[in-house]
Amino acid sequence: MNNTTTTTISSNTSDVIVIGGGLVGSAVSYGLARQGARVTLLDEGDQAFRASRGNFGLVWVQGKGFGMTPYARWTRSSAGLWPQLAQALFDDTGVDVHLQQPGGFCFTFSDEETEERRNRLQAIQDELADDYPFEMLDRQDVIARVPALGPAVTGASYTPMDGHTNPLKLLRALHAANLKRGVNYVSGQPVKNVTAQPRAGGSLFTVEGRWQAPRVVLAAGLGNRGLADALGLHAPVAPNRGQVLIGERTARFLDYPTLNVRQTDEGSIQLGDSMEEVGFNDNVTTDVLADIAQRGVRTFPVLAGLRLVRAWGALRVMSPDGFPIYQESPKHPGAFVTTCHSGVTLAAAHAFRVAPWIGGAPRPEEIGVFQGDRFLNPNYRPVHAH
Amino acid sequence: MPTDSLFQPLAQAGTTTAKTVSVTLNGEPLQVPAVSSVAAALLAAGVQRFRNSPVSGEGRAPYCMMGVCFECLLEIDGVPNRQGCLVALEAGMSIRTQDGMRDLLAESTDSALALAQAMEARHGV
Amino acid sequence: MGFEASPHTAAGRLAETVDVAIIGAGPAGMAAAITARQHGASVVLLDEQAAAGGQIYRGITTVPAQRLDVLGPDYGAGASLARDFAASGARHITGAAVWHVTTERQVHYLHGGGVRSLQADRVLLCTGAMERPFPIPGWTLPGVLTAGAAQILLKGSGMAPTRPVVLAGCGPLLYLLGWQYVRAGVPIAAIVDTTDGADYRRAIRHAGGALAGWRYLKKGLALMAALKRAKVPFYKGATELQVLGEGQATGLGFVSGGTRRQVASPLVLLHQGVVPNTQFSWSLRARHRWDEAQLCWSPVTDAWGELDVAGIFVAGDSGGIGGARVAALQGELAGLAAVAQNGKLAVPVRDSLAAPLQAEMREHLFIRPFLDALYRPKQANRIPADGTIVCRCEEVTAGDIRGYVKLGCTGPNQAKSFGRCGMGPCQGRQCGLTVTEVIADARGVPPEETGYFRIRPPIKPITLGELAREA
Repeated sequence: MNNTTTTTISSNTSDVIVIGGGLVGSAVSYGLARQGARVTLLDEGDQAFRASRGNFGLVWVQGKGFGMTPYARWTRSSAGLWPQLAQALFDDTGVDVHLQQPGGFCFTFSDEETEERRNRLQAIQDELADDYPFEMLDRQDVIARVPALGPAVTGASYTPMDGHTNPLKLLRALHAANLKRGVNYVSGQPVKNVTAQPRAGGSLFTVEGRWQAPRVVLAAGLGNRGLADALGLHAPVAPNRGQVLIGERTARFLDYPTLNVRQTDEGSIQLGDSMEEVGFNDNVTTDVLADIAQRGVRTFPVLAGLRLVRAWGALRVMSPDGFPIYQESPKHPGAFVTTCHSGVTLAAAHAFRVAPWIGGAPRPEEIGVFQGDRFLNPNYRPVHAH
Repeated sequence: MPTDSLFQPLAQAGTTTAKTVSVTLNGEPLQVPAVSSVAAALLAAGVQRFRNSPVSGEGRAPYCMMGVCFECLLEIDGVPNRQGCLVALEAGMSIRTQDGMRDLLAESTDSALALAQAMEARHGV
Repeated sequence: MGFEASPHTAAGRLAETVDVAIIGAGPAGMAAAITARQHGASVVLLDEQAAAGGQIYRGITTVPAQRLDVLGPDYGAGASLARDFAASGARHITGAAVWHVTTERQVHYLHGGGVRSLQADRVLLCTGAMERPFPIPGWTLPGVLTAGAAQILLKGSGMAPTRPVVLAGCGPLLYLLGWQYVRAGVPIAAIVDTTDGADYRRAIRHAGGALAGWRYLKKGLALMAALKRAKVPFYKGATELQVLGEGQATGLGFVSGGTRRQVASPLVLLHQGVVPNTQFSWSLRARHRWDEAQLCWSPVTDAWGELDVAGIFVAGDSGGIGGARVAALQGELAGLAAVAQNGKLAVPVRDSLAAPLQAEMREHLFIRPFLDALYRPKQANRIPADGTIVCRCEEVTAGDIRGYVKLGCTGPNQAKSFGRCGMGPCQGRQCGLTVTEVIADARGVPPEETGYFRIRPPIKPITLGELAREA
């Protein structure tokens, strides 16, 4: 079927079409718009799986990139750029995304766990030549900063690099900022069809027979898998479910983000999480929720009486090795795929480092190893991210 | 019974005084009619405000009386956020209106620690 | 299709098993329990109240004769149903807050401070109806309650207003409450009725149905006549309703007969119909449709009330408003279907038992289009002005929601993530319909297209410690 008659093509001339209006797509789109690119951002709508709405809000560095040093560097870079992103969004929209980077804790419940944690962080620090501050703390040290700590916690790893933000405000701010910067935002538009027409001077990409541009970015989360082939890309992402519990708002009881429990800027308490391979199923299950609850109460006994108001299941966009996929199509230069499951932490890198690359700047050096083609190599045997 | 309460038990035929029950409200003793729910009893006793909204601080009071509006949240016998319209009134209950957000650190941790200890026992730590 | 012979919870504890689990002890739940028991099924009925009756028959098991007189004959009809239910042999668990029903028909509930669960072969959701939200300025002030709340106080606790009260809105329940108050000697400051000439003209088109449901109509007319005889101040075609007062209600302002008016009272009772309580059906991701006549979401079911989730049925007002008698009939029909699926009743027998029930139900449902048209809540009282609070829990206004639509929000879930409406303790019960309609209206699309909140457990509150004990 040929849909290239002029009457069906949108008369809007974009430089880039971004497919997917979640955290990744919106951040990339924002970065492009800030550089003056004319962007069309296509978004699926209200019933989408929306990994962007089901995450924890951590801007988290510690522990990531064990056995994959570029990922540790990439994450560190993004966390370092985050204050700029928060400021830019506030300047453009007046929305405060409540970024706080006081450092974060990962608790351990036995000496073995503490040792394992120390080894992991030490290995990353060795790779990064010390640009990776962390401390292993025992109970006494932790309690001074986290008074609600329960007796079951033996210690924790702490790094000053960690923080958190309000992910829903972030999404809202990104949307508003995109609109402010003139991005053509089209909502309620699922994308099933993308084509690439090679021509002199670079391919022309057509989306749903209606939008055309010389550059296109797949940022459609789990939808990237189906769209990648047509653009000469490979993005074998699959759903990985995480369940989260939300408790009522309380007066401030926790000043730091921790890996499994955080208190939001509004005072609600979030507890997570799980990693389950259950296909496209974002329901919650009582057994996993009960485990999350139990871990929460073991960590902070005062939470036993906390009223739960909501339970989430959300589908992470997970690649086979757990690391992101960033690639420009070798067959169709100008077509990109950008996908990861840490859309909050990496939002700053996406806006300030990935967007320029999509706009034609050199690719950031850390992400060279994250091409989707790596999964086509039968000899590829990475350490899994988790 | 205060005359400014919004609702009162209808006079029962052949009786001059309605049955009452003693409770405490915010630490003060209070006589309330022996009606079915804590929320109904407080309304009859003239309580106009059950809690403050955690968003704006504005006063709130029961709206639906059937457990779907969550406006009648009270602390009853030490347990906060109980829907007063669903809790049966009992003599001696200690009732507190809810002002602002819960302060977990200030609450008694006895039962919380007991639970934590029980869990440790189960995990064999 | 069936369930494992001995299902375990995560900790290896044996969950209780039962043929039919029923949620809700109103007319639908009680009738379903009686029917299922008649055909030999084991039945557990869970309800959060202390006694059977649901909302419409609240207090029916303990009501003194004097109050029965005040409440009227329809209420009294619930007594025999309650008696039969008590004698049916169904296990009635009172004070049970069901917080999760799974598509595999596990029912998780809180009872006596502990968490419990049971595995049912069939689940019947009979959670009834609740008052339609009435978002007008000042509706969150202390001193504003629903007419339903006032009825609950009357039925369950024998309590009535002490000073002249304002009743505002539309619908038979408003007039019934007024009549009950008149019989009890309660002073009424005013009945402020939003029904106007246009409503009568719209309803007349369904006059065929009205004639068939003449019994309902006769009752309605008798109520109105009694109110007139008692000289209750009555204002018709009322618009621009707003509750007056700072910090608490002091009266109601409105426009009627071209004149702006105020009626002073510390107690304002609002009502503009009831809507299905659909938390469970939505949480099961069952298909729902927007009912434009009843202006609400209803679960899509087959003729027996079964959802598109196998083995789970809806009966009574939670499937669409039909009233108490229809609820009981639907309960019987769902009960028959459940035991037939269980293999306890042959299908031809089920069908022959069902036929007279279905016929009676059709008769009772004839009047619905007429009532729905006559008492259709006004658009201004469903889709309010910008400054009016829509989400009571998070204090999100209609103007806020329209702002999210301008930001590209297409439905309630995006609105929820942008502005927290629907994230409070009531989980969208008080704001969901309003959010649906405000967004649809702002987008210029039918409500069917916007969808509804994604409803997740816990359907009723559970603490972290209680949930941890399930592990």
